[in-house]
Amino acid sequence: MNSKRDIIGEQGLQFFGKMSATISHEINNALAIINENAGLLQDFTLMADKGMPLDPERLNSLAGKVIQQIRRAEGIIKNMNRFAHSVDEPGKSVNLSDIAELMAALSGRFASMRGVTVEPKPAAVPVTITTNPFFLENLIWLCLDFAMDAAGPGNTIDIITVKTENGAQIRFARVEDLAKAPLDKFPSEREKALLDTLKADLVSDVGAGALVITLPRYIDT
Amino acid sequence: MKTRVLMVDDEKEFIETLSERLTLRDYDVTTALSGDEAVEKVKSYLFDVIILDVLMPGMSGIETLREIKKIKPLIEVIMLTGNATVETAIEGMKLGALDFLLKPCETEALIAKIDKAYAKKTEQDERIRAAKVEELVSSPISALKE
Repeated sequence: MNSKRDIIGEQGLQFFGKMSATISHEINNALAIINENAGLLQDFTLMADKGMPLDPERLNSLAGKVIQQIRRAEGIIKNMNRFAHSVDEPGKSVNLSDIAELMAALSGRFASMRGVTVEPKPAAVPVTITTNPFFLENLIWLCLDFAMDAAGPGNTIDIITVKTENGAQIRFARVEDLAKAPLDKFPSEREKALLDTLKADLVSDVGAGALVITLPRYIDT
Repeated sequence: MKTRVLMVDDEKEFIETLSERLTLRDYDVTTALSGDEAVEKVKSYLFDVIILDVLMPGMSGIETLREIKKIKPLIEVIMLTGNATVETAIEGMKLGALDFLLKPCETEALIAKIDKAYAKKTEQDERIRAAKVEELVSSPISALKE
């Protein structure tokens, strides 16, 4: 049987690989659009050489589209950078709403492929805890992955962060068909290993259609 | 006659710009933003070549390819993919796609593949037409059976 450390290590690598793959795919898509817009500009230049007048408004619109894709790629790279740095320290003070927002952004393509929308709902006041950021991101991803499958196409999942007396909660809400999901297999050994390391609890509130992670304010890493 | 191309990709900006570039090069281009939309268009219109993205929400590129080949087996399909999904594109070739292309793609490479696909389809169409003519000549009564 694998030890908790083995499970977390293997799962962590898979998680890191999955997120890296989606990030590279998204950047590639932005580059493909920039490539086509640059190509279209070249086409117009060649046509102008042959005497066809250039339309300044059209050129301006193409430049705008390139700028838009550069901003999109910048946003993706910013998230990639934040995600990569989450392995820097095993214990760190983190703002839960920021982590929920990052995970919603990184999961965007997986959600879109399943026809699901993920909406982070930040807390009114910052909810700060000391924890292992990478393990927490991994746990959020596993819960979100399960919740997206349970919710099904056309539905929206909210990620709500809440401050509690002893720490904080992350609620994956509006999971309509949670009762029909394979809850006998969730949490599995991989989620349990992460929950144990983070000193956290996970409850499936079938009636409310929510998965709830409860986290302590501080863990000694 | 212009080559009739159907481009299928969920990235609207990408497909619109590439479609405009192909139109400037005298191709007759139609676009679809999902596999479902592509299948509906294949049922309703005639195309020579389909450029099909591998990774799309809803019906995947592979599922779309299967449906298209069921409806119109002779349409030539070129799979469009990012590096990460080359294996899926190769799987597509096993299912009858002619070729695959990596995103971002060189325009000249794309055009060469579209022209090659069109030439192959035209050759197949011509062979089928010739076989039908031969059948009619050898057995005129067969025309009444259709």
